Amino acid sequence: MKVVIDAAVCDGKGYCKRFAPEVFGLDEWGYGKVLVDEVPPEHMAGAEAAVEACPLQAIRTV
Amino acid sequence: MSFPLPVRPLRDARLLAPEPDGAPRGPDPSGPEIIEIAEAAGVRGRGGAGFPLAKKLRSVASAAGSTRFVIANGEEGEPASVKDRFLLRERPELVLRGLALAARAVGADRSYAYVSDPAAARRLAGARGGDLVDVVRVTPGYVAGEETAVVRAVGGGPALPTAKPPRPWQAGLGGAPTLVSNAETLAQLALAVRLGPETYRRLGTPESGGTFLVTLSGAGQAPVLYEVPYGVPLRELVTTHRGTAAGVTGMLAGGFAGGLLPPSALDLPLTHAALAAAGSTLGCGAFVLLAGECPVGVAADVAAFFDRENARQCGPCVTGTAGVADVLAGLTVRSATWSDVARLERWGQALAGRGNCATPDAVTVLVGSLFLHHRDLVGAHVDAECERCAVSPVTADTKFRISLEEP
Repeated sequence: MKVVIDAAVCDGKGYCKRFAPEVFGLDEWGYGKVLVDEVPPEHMAGAEAAVEACPLQAIRTV
Repeated sequence: MSFPLPVRPLRDARLLAPEPDGAPRGPDPSGPEIIEIAEAAGVRGRGGAGFPLAKKLRSVASAAGSTRFVIANGEEGEPASVKDRFLLRERPELVLRGLALAARAVGADRSYAYVSDPAAARRLAGARGGDLVDVVRVTPGYVAGEETAVVRAVGGGPALPTAKPPRPWQAGLGGAPTLVSNAETLAQLALAVRLGPETYRRLGTPESGGTFLVTLSGAGQAPVLYEVPYGVPLRELVTTHRGTAAGVTGMLAGGFAGGLLPPSALDLPLTHAALAAAGSTLGCGAFVLLAGECPVGVAADVAAFFDRENARQCGPCVTGTAGVADVLAGLTVRSATWSDVARLERWGQALAGRGNCATPDAVTVLVGSLFLHHRDLVGAHVDAECERCAVSPVTADTKFRISLEEP
């Protein structure tokens, strides 16, 4: 599974990093950033929780 | 009315050769045959990325779904490039022939031509085959030619890039697989079919077959549109253009997407691989030669352009590009500090991949090339006022735009 953040939607709330810090980070300006090419199985649950938690629904799984 | 720029072939004129009168004769290949020809001829995209056309055609042709679309992308947002508008205005039937071939190759239900240039729209509508195509007009803009922006605008939305995936070949217009292909790429497909792959490949290199169009400007010389075989050294083209390569102090490569290159880049062969290995890109084939301009001032001009053309939708790119443009502008008037310079370098790197389109990546290449080739000069702008920047301040529009407006 891959995750994609729509850069035009993200406004840097940071929920993604809180739910899955191994998968999401924040960039220089505080916007969400995907850290991994493929989500490793052990972080799948966290990544899915982050997708749910994003207040702007800016994250999609592919 | 003739095209406002001189056009010259460096070897054979193919795209630049006048179109024969009368209905096109010659081969009439099937869809699968068209893809085979594109593959055997080694046709690569002329819009910027140089993606193999056959691969893209095959992806759209084999994507799931019963409806498919093709779009000729003629929105040339690069200010120093004129090649697509030349083809659309002066060789519209070749572009339309390529679009019809692409439509057959992927089994498209409908074909569109997407342009901002009014003269190009008129010529397309009046050309043979133009009645089979919907011509869609867009307001000119740097991001308007990006493939997902193209799909959105043709679908009636704003000409703004969307997050990828999906790419248009997976889910484009109305969610259907859509081929978005640069106008020159389609004209090249028409040539490859007309000439056959073997003849088409008599010019070019094994990695890139045929010729491509180069808009060459700058260095005090009137701009010229050239047709050049892939693989020719840049020096040969520059020498043909201005009699000598002496006095060329650098260049902007690949339109505004390939950053600054030093004079040693004159020895590069004009191939995608060679430009990529130099940290740049062949991009849309536009080169702006520099002859004594301050590279910091040039970078400030281009960064200011990216800031103005910013789609204002992706946070990192909006903030980062503005910051980069501010520091570079500050350097030209000696108002930037060492900490600004450190921020410029860091932000330049941090912008890579931070937007829905490649604008932040172009800023990364620009800033990276400035530090790679001119690090000391950047520092010198903190310590003392630059005399060259003082007489050539950042202006309201880029100094490197080639105007095709009627005088």
